[in-house]
Amino acid sequence: MKKIVPMTVNGRAREDAISGNILLVDYLRETIGLTGAKKGCDGGECGACTVLVNGKPRLSCITLAVSCEASDVETIEGQVRNGRISSLQRAFHEKLGSQCGYCTPGMIMAAEALLRKNPKPTEEEIRLGLSGNLCRCTGYVKIIEAVQTAAGESA
Amino acid sequence: MTRDAKMPRMAGARLPLIDGVEKVSGRAKYTADLNSQDTMTGRILRSPVSHGEIVSIDVSAAEKLPGVVAVITGDACAHTFGVIPIAMNEYPLARGRVRYRGEPVAAVAAVDPLTAERALNLIKLEIRELPAYYTSDAARAPGATLLHEDKSGNLEREVHHTFGDTDALIAKADLVMEEEFDCAEVNHAQMEPHAILADFDAEAGQLTVHTVSQVPFYVHLSLARAMEMDPSKIRVIKPFVGGGFGSRTETLNFEIVAGLLARAARGKVMMRLTREETLITHRGRPQTSVRMKIGMSKSGKISAVECETVQAGGAYAGYGLVTILYAGALLHGIYDVEAVKYDGYRVYTNLPPCGAMRGHGTVDVRHGFECLLDRMARKLELCPFAVRWANLLTAPTRTLNELMVNSYGLQACLDAVEKASGWQKRKDTLPPGRGLGMACSHYVSGAAKPVHWTGEPHAVVALKLDFDGGVTALTGAADIGQGSSTMIAMVVAETMDISLDRIRVVANDSAITPKDNGSYSSRVTFMVGNAAIEAAKALREKLVVAAAEKLDAAPEDIECEAETFSVKGGEQSALPFHDVAIAALAKEGTINVKGTFSCPPEAQGGRHRGGAVGSTMGFSYAAQVVEVSVDPELATIKVEKVWAALDCGFAINPLSVEGQIQGSVWMGMGQALCEETHYEDGMPVHANFLDYRMPTIMDSPDIDVAIIESNDPLGPLGAKEAGEGALSGFPPALVNAVADAVGVDFNMLPLTADKVQAALAKYQRAQEQKQLRRQAS
Repeated sequence: MKKIVPMTVNGRAREDAISGNILLVDYLRETIGLTGAKKGCDGGECGACTVLVNGKPRLSCITLAVSCEASDVETIEGQVRNGRISSLQRAFHEKLGSQCGYCTPGMIMAAEALLRKNPKPTEEEIRLGLSGNLCRCTGYVKIIEAVQTAAGESA
Repeated sequence: MTRDAKMPRMAGARLPLIDGVEKVSGRAKYTADLNSQDTMTGRILRSPVSHGEIVSIDVSAAEKLPGVVAVITGDACAHTFGVIPIAMNEYPLARGRVRYRGEPVAAVAAVDPLTAERALNLIKLEIRELPAYYTSDAARAPGATLLHEDKSGNLEREVHHTFGDTDALIAKADLVMEEEFDCAEVNHAQMEPHAILADFDAEAGQLTVHTVSQVPFYVHLSLARAMEMDPSKIRVIKPFVGGGFGSRTETLNFEIVAGLLARAARGKVMMRLTREETLITHRGRPQTSVRMKIGMSKSGKISAVECETVQAGGAYAGYGLVTILYAGALLHGIYDVEAVKYDGYRVYTNLPPCGAMRGHGTVDVRHGFECLLDRMARKLELCPFAVRWANLLTAPTRTLNELMVNSYGLQACLDAVEKASGWQKRKDTLPPGRGLGMACSHYVSGAAKPVHWTGEPHAVVALKLDFDGGVTALTGAADIGQGSSTMIAMVVAETMDISLDRIRVVANDSAITPKDNGSYSSRVTFMVGNAAIEAAKALREKLVVAAAEKLDAAPEDIECEAETFSVKGGEQSALPFHDVAIAALAKEGTINVKGTFSCPPEAQGGRHRGGAVGSTMGFSYAAQVVEVSVDPELATIKVEKVWAALDCGFAINPLSVEGQIQGSVWMGMGQALCEETHYEDGMPVHANFLDYRMPTIMDSPDIDVAIIESNDPLGPLGAKEAGEGALSGFPPALVNAVADAVGVDFNMLPLTADKVQAALAKYQRAQEQKQLRRQAS
């Protein structure tokens, strides 16, 4: 059974017919073509699909799309404003917080959620905020540096 | 003609990746992102048993299901595949026999994922089970059923290499120690699950694939062979790839299955493997047993090394014989040793095939070597650093097995980490439960002799200069996140002394880019970097000639600096790059040049059988110090800090080199602390990211990096590899640090809390008994 689900995605109001069993990640990637959120695991293990739902980080691979009715969903694509990447995206780029880039969209969205709640996190708070996101390239050192840089307390 | 501050020299600049903005903005397209409305879903049916004869496969019900477009079985392909030309013994879909649980036996293309799933459930598979073996010992036991009829004793390859008289030197040594080490099987666990988009154009008889490969030309040739197609009818494109670490250095079964399926379905098939399937596809580092024996003088000088290595390689050959050869070859090349004896055994088991993984072949053997060195240092009451200092090589030199060493920065690496970690001051003052350990390691900068020996140059880079004044670098080198495209752009910019912004890198489209041998064995910076320099020199030469004509001077009098051309010591005004480019184009139109690189025969190792493996143009060298704290109650190990130094010859991009060193040290930490596969009757129970335990950000220490530059005489701008050499030093440095912290030597990896707890308890009981005996006497 499909139903019309109103939702805001990256600031744009949408009304799509969505089946009750469709995951948010599949809705974003397959239905509306926002492939920034990644699937790295078979459900809830790696964090690569992290998006913000009403400002809070959410694993879109274990979230039903219909549960986001009337919600404000933000993805990595929405972090680019007026053609410019966000300060967090810039820090991940410039500090090499991203190597292969596959975990990066989820990592940045988790960090974005953290910084909105806590603009000046300690290193331990950064670690906690990103503890649900796996990266296989960086050893996390430069990811922490990137978040610190974006938070204005350069390492 | 002075250098503009806006255009600093590229070599040695800390630059972000040229494709980094695409990655952080979510624009980067990986294979799984390339879905479109007209694709079919491809799915694979896998063997439910570890070893058996296929009695029958009935696909008739699956074929009749509405929405199913094609169903294929082993009948679809009678050709074996495999990365080593002499060891291709795997079918993309099993024929006659299955040899591991999860081996592909059939595949379906359907209009959507749900239909594909239903179709798989309708396939009736009858298999007569055979005995299955999950360990080297079981597979090698007398009377064991052979996995492959031509391989007696289930031995894929035996290696016996002896250089020098180890018996005599060991008999004369002041101290001889021997230990056995058991290292668990590990997986690359790159973040991107496997995926392929295979598009068969039935009208043209052409196949286009987008895939996750580190070596796209292997996939290209494997598809041509398996599908009996002319390679010119195939196009292979590598989009962004989410890591590899070796898992994608051979053609993988699903890639051929997808090609076959697309042809059978006459259309476009998207196959996205689950994480479970990705882990089953495996090709990771095998479970390895290492028996290491070292003879040493009182002063710490190593005289002889004897090593026996047994690898449980899984069900098919894959890279196996290279892995077992590497394990022996890289006993050499790091220390000055008089004699080395190596016996290697690569065993077939009924588990997913192993393959190449970061630090290919060397990691577990280096682990045993460096752990044993530490224990011998302790016996001789020597500092672990002193034992390494006593055994340094002097470059240039050749090792016993004919490996070439032209640059050697290990001494500087040792000095850097000794100083940075405060070793001498802190080592004996740490509180109980806290310890420092160290180890050294090395790795090749590319295999000097390619696996597919064709006589072609080992690397080719093409450059195109056109009316827009842009320089396009065309390369087949696969950027899998390590930054090879950035390296190429920087090297071209440096050699031509032009702005990085002028350069665009187009990589990995077989219809456009030159063939490259691929991203494996850390070959790209050395080989492709050198080819890029050659290409850039050729293009600069054309521009110099054009500038000379314009300036009415001889080409040898032209200076080219920071995008301007002028006559040496002349008064004329300088010509900007664009004017010179237009002048050069006026002579011949679009300018295409190329540069090539080949490793000379003298770099390709000894003449003994298997002597090419381990041969390289240059080794990276690394030393590291690891600080740990051990919780005696929970038996957990926390890595507090790592100090790593790596000799990469010259850091073309220090930011990137740091990232590679940190990443490889960290991957070594995963293997040392928590990563291992688990099989129950051949069923992978680790095949997800909760049970395959990788360190999270909570477990990951700060990793301090020192870059050592020994300036290799043959490396591009002096550079060598930076992405693998530091990995194999971590596990032994950790085990040595744990021994320092709690007085227990561990001989297995990983050091999970259950094993540590048991060993600590045993140690404490022994200590208490010793105390009691002392009190009694």
